Amino acid sequence: MSESHPSDQPIELERYELQAEPAYRFDFELARRDFFKLLGGGLVLVFTLDALGSQESGRQEGESGRRAPTPSAPKDIAGWLHIAEDGSVTVFTGKVEFGQNIRTSLSQVVAEELRVPVSSIRVLMGDTDLTPFDIGTFGSRTTPTMAPQLRKAAAAAREALIDLAADEWKINRASIGVKDGKLIDERTAKSIEFGRLTKGQKLLKVISADTATTPPDQWKIAGKSVAKVDGRSFVTGGHRYTSDQKLPGMLVGRIVRPSALNATLASVKTGDAEAIPGVTVVSDANFVGVAAPDAQTAARAAAAIQTEWKAEPQPAAKELSEYLRKQATSAQQVSSQGSITDGLERAEKKLNQTYTVAYIAHAPLEPRAAVAEWREGKLTVWTGTQRPFGVRGELAETFRIPEDRVRVIVPDTGSGYGGKHTGDVAIEAARLAKSAGKPVKVVWTREEEFTWAYFRPAGVIDVSSGVSADGTITAWEFHNYNSGTAGIQTKYAFANQKIVFHQTKSPLRQGSYRGLAATANHFARESHLDELAHALKMDPLEFRFKNLKDERLKAVLSAAASAFGWGKPKSAADRGFGIAGGFEKGGYVAACAEVAVDRATGKAKLIRVVEAFECGAIVNPDQLRNQIEGSIVMGIGGALFEAMDFDNGKVVNPRFSRYRVPRFSDTPLIEAVLVDRKDLSSAGAGETPIVGLAPAVANAIFDATGIRLRSLPLAPNGLKL
Amino acid sequence: MPKISELLVNGNRLRVDTTSDRSLLNVLRDELNLTGSKYGCGEGQCGACTVLIDGQATRSCITTVGSAAGKKITTIEGLEKNGRLHPLQQAFLDADALQCGYCTPGMIMSGVALLAKNTSPSDQEIVRFMEGNICRCGTYPRIVTAIRKAAQSIKGGGR
Repeated sequence: MSESHPSDQPIELERYELQAEPAYRFDFELARRDFFKLLGGGLVLVFTLDALGSQESGRQEGESGRRAPTPSAPKDIAGWLHIAEDGSVTVFTGKVEFGQNIRTSLSQVVAEELRVPVSSIRVLMGDTDLTPFDIGTFGSRTTPTMAPQLRKAAAAAREALIDLAADEWKINRASIGVKDGKLIDERTAKSIEFGRLTKGQKLLKVISADTATTPPDQWKIAGKSVAKVDGRSFVTGGHRYTSDQKLPGMLVGRIVRPSALNATLASVKTGDAEAIPGVTVVSDANFVGVAAPDAQTAARAAAAIQTEWKAEPQPAAKELSEYLRKQATSAQQVSSQGSITDGLERAEKKLNQTYTVAYIAHAPLEPRAAVAEWREGKLTVWTGTQRPFGVRGELAETFRIPEDRVRVIVPDTGSGYGGKHTGDVAIEAARLAKSAGKPVKVVWTREEEFTWAYFRPAGVIDVSSGVSADGTITAWEFHNYNSGTAGIQTKYAFANQKIVFHQTKSPLRQGSYRGLAATANHFARESHLDELAHALKMDPLEFRFKNLKDERLKAVLSAAASAFGWGKPKSAADRGFGIAGGFEKGGYVAACAEVAVDRATGKAKLIRVVEAFECGAIVNPDQLRNQIEGSIVMGIGGALFEAMDFDNGKVVNPRFSRYRVPRFSDTPLIEAVLVDRKDLSSAGAGETPIVGLAPAVANAIFDATGIRLRSLPLAPNGLKL
Repeated sequence: MPKISELLVNGNRLRVDTTSDRSLLNVLRDELNLTGSKYGCGEGQCGACTVLIDGQATRSCITTVGSAAGKKITTIEGLEKNGRLHPLQQAFLDADALQCGYCTPGMIMSGVALLAKNTSPSDQEIVRFMEGNICRCGTYPRIVTAIRKAAQSIKGGGR
């Protein structure tokens, strides 16, 4: 069951990042049948990754077979699009909406190619029965991979509609224009709506991978600030998150949790709980839970169960750094260039420092939730997961049923930040529903969320470097224990470098988090560079430029510094300025921070952040700003005060009253500087804007106080001045 | 345990059948199907469950249904009138002051309570009043803007 979380498993985030091939294939023939059953007639466009797909392009198939022979069933369906007989456009994608506003940005790119208003697009997301396989919504992949595929589907749909109109009107397709959901004969101004063209037909077209799309410098709908497409349902409270779903006869589930992390069940007495009317008790392997008609009865039943658990002694938060180093199991050389020994020999100054980061929690405001229903041997689960198909696999494996007997549906979810990859709560709800014979909803409490989810990996990073008198870094040796490899490589031109990732045992269950390890690696690297700059009495920005050839990183550093007023006098003596830059997941970021330090209280307050970000051609400027601002605000927590406290298998601070997250008063003045590169393809933006903040703040605190802080969080209890 | 059989919610007298010790949030969501108010922490720390009781912003997760009986309860579902959004709901849309939206109902209810007391709050006053509401997506600057804009809109005759 899901309760077993061996602590020596490889860290999950690496698995998610590196797994390139889909683990599953979508059965297209089945899907097509279901598809037309679901939506009636119209035009369906399928995007396939097969090379074969491009050869099939241009064929059309009627259900009756009267048009063209059936194309061989393509595998690897990546996206599809349907234009119904009423002209409505539905886009199908296995991606999910967690607040990153891809429902809006994907609508924009499809509207762009179809030449229709954004409001006429419906995006159906994250439903394993209706949407094509998708590996998951993580790694900032939606904008660089899903958006171009849907864009091609829409462009091909537009071209197919032009063909249909040319057939209908018996005219040359070159004289047909497309505007506002209509095809227009440009010579006579005669027009016909999309839907009327497809009426009575079930048309299918496979899109070739090389379908031409509108270049960014000609975008009219994409590239503009479009508000959240279904915003109204959120401000009225109408949107139904998983935790708001209700099914007839649904029970409420509650899990009896182990006494400590990694504990196993020694004994259980369920008699008192079973005696409560309407209660179903499940005790299976390490899983103990109840289902009851309402939440209070479920809580009462869970409390009536007596359990004994066995657990080995486990380390405490204060022993963490030592533990991670000692428990290292294997080393992976990420980069090796030149000779560290030679580089150090040529160095004017040498520096060895260690940086640490704590475990932190995603703390999504909507806790993990699932509603599960078994009907005629088929399991349907509504749950807020970033990996609907992955969770389908987990459910199939857990209950030993084929995947086609499992359907996972993901309602737009109350955020995740990388924290909702796994199917724990889905399995819990499904297990209870199986025994109860009725649908069951499980919503984790905040305390469960802070204890039984997984965390951003903690880490220890050792950096040894050498620098010549003119500021050239001659040696760079970087060892990361446990936090991960994201952002571990550098864009700086270090001729002699050795970068190693050490896998270790983790006392807490750990996994993906917004930006993965890029925050830890940027914190160590950009703090260390700042230390070197100060050791040489060089300006930190000038020092970075000295070691940088990458023009895109230079451009964001310049943009941030210029908007911030880097090098200008400070407004007060208690202020400090810090800068940091970096690259991850196709995005380039530079952050400048201004802090104020109260010498009497030791309180460090972030006053102002200017962050420049470049992710290629911008799809939606205002939503991009929203993501940058949100990353900065979230980043404040990990930078200044967030940390999991734990001791011997128990999380000590599993509540918002004990685990502080950023609030209104923590928020600085934020300026996002967008660097739009219409000549480059678009990269994602939900993660990378977080990575520069922590080092910029640490560097600003040093500038204000002369105190170098090398552990995240930097100042959970203020500074000791 | 005393029973509660009626609540005054969004101007309507609604039948309920519950003991008085249950949380108001629980009754609103599970009995009355008013799921706009959210569970976020169960200890009054995050504000996702905020409703108005006699105009006061109240954490419904730590409020017993017994203490709310007979009083005027307003939830997020009660703000829209005849298809017209409350100026603060509209301001949230205009400022794009949401990402995942889970905190949004609680934010709006807290903001409505503030604007009822203070028709032109300063940014500092907004921050102080809203401090108990968490937005994990970090849209705080936009929420401050939305409240400020809504204040202007209300003064201009928005409601």
